[in-house]
Order: sequence, then C-alpha cells, then structure tokens
Amino acid sequence: MERKSLLFTAFIYASALLLAVVILAPVLWLFIMSISPAADLSAKPLRWWPQEVDFSRYAVLLSTVENSAGASFVASLYNSLRIAGMATIAAIALAIPAGWAVSRTPAVGWSLSVVIATYMLPPVALAVPLYMGLAWLGLLNNIFGLALVYLTILAPFTTWLMKSGFDSIPREIESAAMIDGASLFQTLRIITLPLAAPVVATSALFALLLAWDEFFYALLFTSDLRAKTLTVAIADLAGGRVSDYGLIATAGVLAALPPVLIGLVMQRALISGLTSGGVKG
Amino acid sequence: MSGSWMTTRAWLLMLPLLVVMISVIGWPLVDTVRLSFTDAKLVGTEGSFVGLDNYARMISGTNFQRTLVTTTWFAVISVAAEMVLGVLAALLLNQQFRGRALLRALMILPWALPTVVNATLWRLIYNPEYGALNAALTQVGLLDAYRSWLGEPNTALAALIVADCWKNFPLVALIALAALQAVPRDITAASMVDGAGPIARFRFVILPYLVGPLLVALVLRTIEAFKVFDIIWVMTRGGPANSTRTLSILVYQEAFSFQRAGSGASLALIVTLLVTVLAVAYAALVRKAAGSTA
Repeated sequence: MERKSLLFTAFIYASALLLAVVILAPVLWLFIMSISPAADLSAKPLRWWPQEVDFSRYAVLLSTVENSAGASFVASLYNSLRIAGMATIAAIALAIPAGWAVSRTPAVGWSLSVVIATYMLPPVALAVPLYMGLAWLGLLNNIFGLALVYLTILAPFTTWLMKSGFDSIPREIESAAMIDGASLFQTLRIITLPLAAPVVATSALFALLLAWDEFFYALLFTSDLRAKTLTVAIADLAGGRVSDYGLIATAGVLAALPPVLIGLVMQRALISGLTSGGVKG
Repeated sequence: MSGSWMTTRAWLLMLPLLVVMISVIGWPLVDTVRLSFTDAKLVGTEGSFVGLDNYARMISGTNFQRTLVTTTWFAVISVAAEMVLGVLAALLLNQQFRGRALLRALMILPWALPTVVNATLWRLIYNPEYGALNAALTQVGLLDAYRSWLGEPNTALAALIVADCWKNFPLVALIALAALQAVPRDITAASMVDGAGPIARFRFVILPYLVGPLLVALVLRTIEAFKVFDIIWVMTRGGPANSTRTLSILVYQEAFSFQRAGSGASLALIVTLLVTVLAVAYAALVRKAAGSTA
C-alpha cells in the first residue's frame, strides 16, 4: 500500500474543503438570498447571513392571486411542466421502437447515426424555418408547438440511450419467447420492455431535465403566459427591473429544485448514463 | 425469419421517429439553406434569390470576424479550464478521505442547476451595487471600490467564463473519475514498486486510461461552447459594447432582432459548418484514441 505522509493527508483534506466550498458557496448564496430580507441584500457591507429568515417570497411566487408576480410565475411553472412532460412522453414513444429496431437490426443503424449527428447542429441552424413553420401552423406561443420543437433535442438523445439499453438485453430471451409462440409485440411487451424499464426511466429523466433546461427555442417561440416557460420567466426577471434580488433568487431556487432533486436521488443512474455517453460517444 | 423482412420491419419501427426528425430537423435545415440564398425577411416578404451575397457580406463583415474571435476565446479558455479543473477534482475524488462520497454527490449540483438559473445566480453575484463578489473582495481588502464585472468590456467575458466553468467542470470531473476508477490497482502498485514518482505515474500509467474519455468530453464541450447562447443571453445579451457577443447571439440578432431571415440563415450555416468541422475532428480523434488504447 501507498504510505501517506501527514502532509499529504493534510493537503488532500484542504483540497477537498476547497472543492466543497467552490461547489457549495454559489448554490448556498442563491438560497440565502432567497430568504434574506431585501434590506440585508442591499446593505453595505453586505450581510452574509439574514438577520431574520424570511420565506415570504416563496409564498409570493407560488400564490395564484390574479395579475400578481406569483400568477405569472405559477403559469410559467405549469407550462414548463406540461411542455417537458409532453415532449418526454413523445420522445420515449418514438425512441422505444426505433431504439429496439436499431439494436436488433444493425442494417438500419446508419439512420440512427444520421439522427444523432443532428444533435451537433446548433439550434440557430433550424430556428428560422421552425419559427416560420410554427407561425404557419398557428403554433407560435403554444405549448404543443414548443413540445414538438423540443423533440429535435430529446428524440435523438433518448433513442440513442434506448438503443444502448436494448443492446444489453440478450436477444436470445426474445427468440425463446417467439419460439414458444409469442408474437413480436407480445414478446416486446412481456419480455423486453420490463427488462428495459430502468433504461426507459433513465432516458425519461434525461429528457425531462433537457426540456426543463431549454431556453433558446422557448425564448424565440413563446411570448406570453399561454406558453412561456420557467427559463424564459426567470431570464425576464433577471433582466427586468425587479428591485428585490431576493425574488429573482427565489425563482431560481424553485426552478432548480426539481432537477437538483432528480440529480441527487438518481445520481448513480445519471452518472453512468453520462459517463457511458462520454465513453461511447 | 428472412433478413429482408427483418430489415423492412426495422424500418417500419423507425418510421415514426424518422418522420418526426425529417419534419423538425431535416426540413428546417434544408429550408435554412434555401433561405440563406435569399433576402427573405422573418415576417412578410418571401424574398428573392441573391446567390452568395449573404455569405459574402457576413464573412467580410467586421461583426462576424469579431464575434468569431470572441466565440473562440470563450470556447478555448472555458473548455481548457474545465478540463484542467475537472481532472484535478477527479484525482482528488479518487483519493481516500472522509466525506468523499458526500463531496462526489455534491458535484452533481452545478450540473443539475438549469443553465438559466446558473446564469441568473452569477449575474446576481457580479451585481455592480449589491453583488456578493464585490462585497467579498472589498471585505477581505482585495478590492478598493465596487466594480461592474459584467458592465466593463475587459472583465465581462472572463466573468462569463468563470460562470460557465463552475457549471461544467464537475461533469468533466465525474467523467474523469469514472475513467480513473477503471485503472487497475495492481498496475499503479507495480509502477510504484518500479520506482515511478507521482508525476511519472500520472503521465505513463494513469493518463492513458483518461485520454479516451477526456478527448470525448473535450470535443463535446468544445462544440457546446461554440454554440453557446443561454448563459450569455441571460448575463450580458452580448454586451457591453458587444464584447461578449458570440456567434449564436449574432445569428439571433440578425434573424430575429433585425428580422433578416436570409442573412441570418447564411450566418447560421457558417456556424453549422464550423461546428461540423469540430465534430468531424472529434470522430477522427475518438477513432484514433480507440485504436491506440484497444
């Protein structure tokens, strides 16, 4: 075994502490801003710890009183949930058959490569025709329109994850069921899909996170509370004339909460997904 | 079952995906190409064919050249910093110490934070009047007077890069850590018996295991950084004095703020071409790395 000097151990702990501070300080500060009275945040010298904890901004943002700051925040939160949910369900519905087909029939694999290559495309390369197309369909500023556009991001990604998932399920299990007289769809439903359930769940979580995070298309294609997403609402708050920085921070905390919770709880699955993505390209 | 039926069946199963992808990616891309040869406006006029005029005007324009330089700076510096910090953090997390599991779990935080929330958070930190950075630096005596970090052309891009790095280096760290954990213990032990110091050990024993995954992370991050829009839009909108304007911001302004769909499309395709070159280089590098480590 490696012998470790006291100095080395001290160095390791000091570095670990530094890393922890670097990671935590900005996140904690966001939370502290959200619960500090406005006077503390504009005090000089700045008060790093609130004199009294103030959770009232959460109530303000989550209130549904008409025409309040809360009403528009809640509306955008609801839009984000619906758009991310719809886009994820649609992406998974497309990804399962396609991912299975590519996994079992390598002859069609090149088409998936083409689809995945489009993942590299900058969204600006599609934005103008998508804008014109949505306008023509009457789907600008519409949650269905935005969910459809989000498939450009979610569908290639989920299909590729599903394909790798199906690759790890031996096809012999499927052949055995078919020899016993099961049809293709029975086999997929009874044998393959239950085995692939963890991959479906991971893919769906990734898709939800991607859709929740999306900003560019939402900025372009939505204009008011009928479809505006949380990311656009927060950018509006950050760039607007809100004098209470704590309110902006509160909106940030609320928007970050779902993905952070998913990230922490699903840590292992997400990391293996990310790193296998990194390794396999 | 015959092979041709298998193939037909596979195509049928892929059909829904392909139809959707052709309508939301294939058609828009082709239409962007068509628009790039016209002087179409975003709303109203169809525009007429102008040949390569848009491309010539965009490429020769100072806006494009300056923006390309800004984008390159942003991509090169933020990705390089993310790689170095990521590997250092991974080497640390690969050591035995108390609280390691907790620290590794925390690394997911910046990654999970939505990009827009990250941008907003740093915008608040950099705030010229009440920001935490000004407060912290003056309170420890490193700064005499509050500065407008995002408001001055010579600090704005650096401030953006810091915010981008903070969000993205943990992902590099997690990828590098996964690779480090694949290094067999007996190999590192054997190299120590052979008298390799820590630097030689990193260079000759550990690095070969890191190269493949890091290369992939490097190129994917570079492509992402080249396409950067969200963080810049929320923090500076490309300002002050266009000092943080990247290519995607420029396309946005051309096509949507000025509603010049034609020239915006040509600019978007130039960006696409640059990203494609990066992606092709990526594929070549990965193939080469896979060949050398296999």
